[in-house]
Amino acid sequence: MEWLGPEEWQAVRLSLRVSFWATLSGLPPALLAAYALARWRFPGKQLLNGLVHLPLILPPVVTGYLLLLTFGTRGPIGSVLQEIGLVFAFRWTGAALAAGIMAFPLLVRAMRLSLEAVDPKLEQAAATLGASRLWVFVTVTLPLILPGIIAGAVLGFAKAMGEFGATITFVSNIPGQTQTLPSAIYAFLQVPGGEHAALRLVAVSVAVAMSALLLSEWLARRAQRRVSGT
Amino acid sequence: MTLSVDLRHRFKGFELDARFEAPKGITVLFGRSGSGKTTIVNAVAGLLRPDAGRVAADDLVLFDTARSLWLPPHRRRIGYIFQEGRLFPHLSVRQNLRYGAWFSPKRVTPAEVDRVVEMLGIGGLLERRPGALSGGEKQRVAIGRALLSSPRMILADEPLAALDEARKSEILPYFERLRDEAEIPILFVSHSAAEVARLATTVVVLEGGRVTRQGPAVEVLADPAVTPLGARAAGAVLSARVARHHEDGLTELDAGGTALFIPRLEAAPGTPVRVRIAAHEVILSRQRPEGLSALNIISGEVQEIRAGEGPGMLVSLDTKAGRVLARITRRSAKALQLAPGTPCHAVMKTVAVAPEDIGGQGRDVSK
Repeated sequence: MEWLGPEEWQAVRLSLRVSFWATLSGLPPALLAAYALARWRFPGKQLLNGLVHLPLILPPVVTGYLLLLTFGTRGPIGSVLQEIGLVFAFRWTGAALAAGIMAFPLLVRAMRLSLEAVDPKLEQAAATLGASRLWVFVTVTLPLILPGIIAGAVLGFAKAMGEFGATITFVSNIPGQTQTLPSAIYAFLQVPGGEHAALRLVAVSVAVAMSALLLSEWLARRAQRRVSGT
Repeated sequence: MTLSVDLRHRFKGFELDARFEAPKGITVLFGRSGSGKTTIVNAVAGLLRPDAGRVAADDLVLFDTARSLWLPPHRRRIGYIFQEGRLFPHLSVRQNLRYGAWFSPKRVTPAEVDRVVEMLGIGGLLERRPGALSGGEKQRVAIGRALLSSPRMILADEPLAALDEARKSEILPYFERLRDEAEIPILFVSHSAAEVARLATTVVVLEGGRVTRQGPAVEVLADPAVTPLGARAAGAVLSARVARHHEDGLTELDAGGTALFIPRLEAAPGTPVRVRIAAHEVILSRQRPEGLSALNIISGEVQEIRAGEGPGMLVSLDTKAGRVLARITRRSAKALQLAPGTPCHAVMKTVAVAPEDIGGQGRDVSK
């Protein structure tokens, strides 16, 4: 892609990497949260529900600042993680964390909806056939909610690609480290003559978003066909 | 193997208190909806945790609240055939059939799979998915899936209720074969008198969460006191053998030496069958009637008379063919001066015997 400058290309690559890891590492905890919210009864369920949805409601700047306070090098969690060599502040990992947190509610919502659509009677049938709870989950529940997981993952990925407020607050806007696509567009718009570069990145953004959407539709349809059993 | 069940469970506005034993063969839990049948089956399967009780298959205790013993459902090795099949939609028929074998401690050999597939006639469906099957096909696959999980016992919760008459008659013979070939107890929930008559080795009658009667099917169904579905659905079961086929489309049965004519039945002479005679189709006569179009006239003796609600009564008759139930009016009973011991003739039209009321007979009953 000759028409992208090295700096722009760097931002695109970084954004893809950040969103990929944000989505991938968000999936297991999101699945756990979705399962808990859909299936379990426990005290504090509403609190968990609120907590999961918080990033959706809070201004992204606030989320970013809270991340800085907790995961910054002097934050309670950040300082501990630093001991084992995991640094978030002003690194691409921090951008991934911010994007993951912001995408989390979308992952959970999609999975929870598909979990609630799974007929527990099928899981009972699996149990009578000898499958333990874990095996029931792996062989019945998981395949049946796959369309929901895919839909959630793609939605989360798109959200992560577009994340701006929390990212720039938490890890700033360092080219090559934390300058994702939206931050790069913002940066180009701040300097005279940067409109062309910004416009190219906008085109990339649109292209990525559209292909993600089409891909997810296609994957979800395929998975749905598998699940509906025809 | 015998399954012994003792359960107490309280719901909102409903109390289950049931005790019974299910030997080899089909034990039908018989009663109207809401009598607690499904609750019992679910408790045996471990899908429902009852307030108190004990369920054991021979020496193996599945649960016992007195000893705080609870085997989770996946360790009970129970083949559960659900009313709606509950096939896994994301797996092919073949994978559905194999599902139980993945977790079974016993290896299921390909020969066993072939035998079950052949018995159920589902060989042509193996690569399909459940979404592409008809209701009857789904249910046959569900039976196969339960059988191939090497179960200790089979539970069937109204497996035919969701099917139309044609599909029912397609599935019923498989349960008859299961009853006659399987060495394990089968607990079968039903609220259909015809199903009970065809399938049951043992009948457990449930009313309002309590067992009101249990015993061999032929005895229980001929008891005028046992009408869980009301006197309208009463009917006794006769054990017979196919004697010969007549050219005019009739089949002659031999029931304890008495000839019984029914519509043509596709079975070789000598085949044991059981026929359910609906009580409301039976006419009683003090004298042997003559010049009557009905072909079946069996003489016997009144054994018991039971008044129901309304104008009807149920009369049970001891005949050489077996116990027959007749539903007549109080007025007729009075006019005929019926009392226990009165000699009497039961008259039945050939065409009154419905095809769904005729079935193959289990070896354990014919002996």
